[in-house]
Amino acid sequence: MRKQEHSLFFGVDKITVFTYAILVLMGWLNIYAAVYNEDHQNIFDTTQKYGKQLIWISSAAFIAILILIIDAGFFTVFAYVFYAVLLLACIAVPYLGREVKGSRSWFRFGDFGVQPAEFMKFATNLALAKFLSNVNIEVQESRRNKLSDILKNYQNTIIATIFLGLPLVIIKLLQDETGLAIVFIAFIITLYREGLSVNFLIFGLFSALLFVLSLVMDQNTLMIILAVIAALSILFVKRNRKNLIIISIILTTACGVVFGTNYVYNHLEDHQRVRIDVLLGRGTVNLKKEGYNVNQAKIAIGSGGFFGKGYLQGTQTKYDFVPEQDTDFIFCTVGEEWGFLGSSIVIILELFLIIRIIFMAERQRSPFSRIYGYGVASVLFFHVAVNVGMTIGLMPVIGIPLPFFSYGGSSLWSFTILLFIFIKLDANRLVILR
Amino acid sequence: MNNSNLSDRKFIISAFFIIVAIVYISRLFYIQIIDDQYKLDARNNAFRYRTEYPVRGYIYDRNGKLLVFNEPSYDLLVTPKLAKGCDTIALCKVLEINKVEFLRRMKKATQAPNSPRKESVFEKQLSPKIYAALQEKLYRFKGFDLQARNVRKYPRPIAAHLLGYVGEVSKDKAAKDSYYREGDYIGISGIERSYEEPLRGKKGTQIVMVDVHNKTKGRFMNGQFDTLAVPGKALYSSIDIDMQEYGEKLMKGKKGAIVAIDPQTGEILCLVSSPGYDPNLLVGGKERSRNFTKLYYDSLNLPLFNRALMAMYPPGSTFKLIDALIAQQDNLISRSTGFPCNRGYPPMGGHPKCHAHGGVDLPGSIATSCNSYYSYVFREIVDQKKYPKFEDGYNHWRDAVRSFGPNTKLGTDLPYDKPGNVPSVEYYNKVFGKNHWRSNTVVSLGIGQAELTLVPLQMANVVASIANRGFYYTPHCIKGVGVEKKLDPRFKEKHYTYVQNQVAYDNVHDGMQKCFDAGTGSASRIPGIVACGKTGTAENPHGDSHAVFSCFAPRYNPKIAIVCLVENAGFGGTWSAPIVSLIVEKYLTGKITRPDLEKRLMEADLINRKNLLGSGHH
Repeated sequence: MRKQEHSLFFGVDKITVFTYAILVLMGWLNIYAAVYNEDHQNIFDTTQKYGKQLIWISSAAFIAILILIIDAGFFTVFAYVFYAVLLLACIAVPYLGREVKGSRSWFRFGDFGVQPAEFMKFATNLALAKFLSNVNIEVQESRRNKLSDILKNYQNTIIATIFLGLPLVIIKLLQDETGLAIVFIAFIITLYREGLSVNFLIFGLFSALLFVLSLVMDQNTLMIILAVIAALSILFVKRNRKNLIIISIILTTACGVVFGTNYVYNHLEDHQRVRIDVLLGRGTVNLKKEGYNVNQAKIAIGSGGFFGKGYLQGTQTKYDFVPEQDTDFIFCTVGEEWGFLGSSIVIILELFLIIRIIFMAERQRSPFSRIYGYGVASVLFFHVAVNVGMTIGLMPVIGIPLPFFSYGGSSLWSFTILLFIFIKLDANRLVILR
Repeated sequence: MNNSNLSDRKFIISAFFIIVAIVYISRLFYIQIIDDQYKLDARNNAFRYRTEYPVRGYIYDRNGKLLVFNEPSYDLLVTPKLAKGCDTIALCKVLEINKVEFLRRMKKATQAPNSPRKESVFEKQLSPKIYAALQEKLYRFKGFDLQARNVRKYPRPIAAHLLGYVGEVSKDKAAKDSYYREGDYIGISGIERSYEEPLRGKKGTQIVMVDVHNKTKGRFMNGQFDTLAVPGKALYSSIDIDMQEYGEKLMKGKKGAIVAIDPQTGEILCLVSSPGYDPNLLVGGKERSRNFTKLYYDSLNLPLFNRALMAMYPPGSTFKLIDALIAQQDNLISRSTGFPCNRGYPPMGGHPKCHAHGGVDLPGSIATSCNSYYSYVFREIVDQKKYPKFEDGYNHWRDAVRSFGPNTKLGTDLPYDKPGNVPSVEYYNKVFGKNHWRSNTVVSLGIGQAELTLVPLQMANVVASIANRGFYYTPHCIKGVGVEKKLDPRFKEKHYTYVQNQVAYDNVHDGMQKCFDAGTGSASRIPGIVACGKTGTAENPHGDSHAVFSCFAPRYNPKIAIVCLVENAGFGGTWSAPIVSLIVEKYLTGKITRPDLEKRLMEADLINRKNLLGSGHH
């Protein structure tokens, strides 16, 4: 028994590791297809991206094993340290790093580059897990009315939000990497699991809905509809003071969002505004300019049919009609060459992995491990939803990779670290019990 | 802390993840399986359909000699988007154009219906010299490419009207007929037009894949879905290339037409329209339009006008043969019938005019071409007792005439033939008023004048029917299509004329033979051949009479029925008869025994009134 306990893979969730391996392998096959070129067919050709990706994959495997070797306690103890160091790196990179293609998020080491923002994900997750598992009352709603009480009650929520907000703001403002920054919103799911009032989520969803609505329809009409709904609510709910106040607050907030939409929309950067226009079909979208990416992506996926065109047979991907097809638009290769069957399988595999992680998180005895697990699931989900969503026209274009699929060392390492720390924590759940 | 409550949230979170996944998979189902638009878009992105043009079919004469073949020619194509930064000055130098012209063409290639990414023609049918120069340097001109096309070539510069020409398809036709794309070639006139379908073959398509930069990346599925071009079928014509050439030589300097038919089959042996032009003029790129314009605007000679099929001439005295046959069929006259002639038709005060032909019988009336005689005959037919109503009599005559081909579309295999005209009762009722006209009013119809018109092809068909003693095959110039030499079954069908009385034909043939022996055509007697002929002098309101001569030979077992019409040449015996006699002699015997006559005929220029023959017997 002892021998087994000390084995590297003791307690390691094989299903998760296996799913991870399949996704990485499929990702590599698709990268090969995306950059496939009759002239360079040697898979070990490191001048080609699929050759480089092989290096990334083997180094990721090395990192994964390293994580499994390290004592799980290491991650809990140094959670804040990771967070602080990487946050500093994120602040420093615009000043110390070299600019690559207008991006200021890279440290360069010769041929290879590293994006600290990618690693901020697991560090933030560790820090958040550590913080939330250390406080007694997590985040809970209150029925008291005094401002100081509310603040006190929401103290932890606010601190947790700061943990997430710091990297988001720093990466967005200093590095101008919207895609890398926006991911931190995903941790709201973790917060919700740990007790965040459902009202926050409803408020968030409601605001998002109103934002979209006020962009696609006439604002005055929208206001009238809101007023009518409010009037109807007054008619049908119990007319006491409290309800009236709630309804008027909701109405006021809604109106605020509707009016605020214009302001926000007009203060977006041009390309972001265009991406929203493309998604919502506002105005005339020029398919040769701003609409090109999304349109070509949709053509690639849409032309795949049920079985796809066959491996290495995708004309859209092979002949470079889809831009960024090895990184952010890798899903196009899947859709075109493997068809509905293949792309559904990829979505189901990613979903399976995420649900498996939730299942594993729920079996943890230590809140730290559970919270961290939810963080992993949330980040993966956010990436898959946004990445796939943008290629099929359900999300605006945001440059974030498809986990384990997209080409790139930083993202593969980052996801591997994120996942394998959790696998290690999960493997230790029995040890800690003893 | 209410952990058990919060723990339930795992279900909500999982459900949310699963719902999103279901929404995404549904969306994939929609765009990948239900909506076909993306499949089309992907094809438009990456597929280029390259047309492979088939070789147009050759055309042979009746003896297997080549009338039309193909010669490769090259078009210069350009894809403007790829041509950016190409050495314009060098290219202009090779093409012998200036920069302004270059930019003009580039603009044309860029604008709709062309596009910067689409290949379009920059210069059509390069001359051999430019092609040679360009081929060497082509690699230097990015975005430019050569495309091989075929152009027609004619070994002898003859039969332009008959063969027709090939040109670019009209926008209209391209829009209506899905086979053609703008810029494709199509037969525009003559055989090229009526046999367009077998001649053109079938275009093939190669599916080539290109990348986002429009660079060719290879064939789609290794060419599995490509279609091969099917070459056009060869046509075996009934034309005798030597007769055609000889006829055109004899007609040089004269306006008019010659049509010769093999009466036993309906095959057209030659179809000359003069003045003609060298068909090679209408094939080249740049020169072609220049030549066409020149021919098109030659309003004096109308060289593009196919007189043999489209010029409606009064048949003149050659028409008397039909009258003679109808009257005999109706038992109104016999071989010995005679009519008075007093230098004209007596009942109408000597009109139509005539020479003094006293008491000739039927064959003699043909040989001497007596106008008075046929005025009587016409009246006999129209006013015969069988038809108490005058109009019925007239219609009977008209129908009988039409059974020989006049005023009908013969249905030949050449396009644009005109029907000619045998005026209807309604027409004359309009002109003269109902009941205000009689047989005598229109008596000049009987001698092939007045409003009566035929095109030369119909005249030849009439002679063929007479030679056949009462039937004809629809004249046609293609006897076989493709290797199997298929003949359209409608050309195997006999068309019977109204006159089936064989004695009537004996009498008429006698008269026609006598025409050569002792009549109006005696100057053109063909040595060693018993031929039958009839002269005609078709008066027309536009100038001097047209000279017509109808003939078939040999009298027994006829091999050729031929008509020659020379415009404004006066008496038929002077101009048309000798031309016919030379052609018949050469066709039947293979030699010419009267080289001096041949020489004088070839040199005679009636258009410019030079080298005229001495006027013969009127």
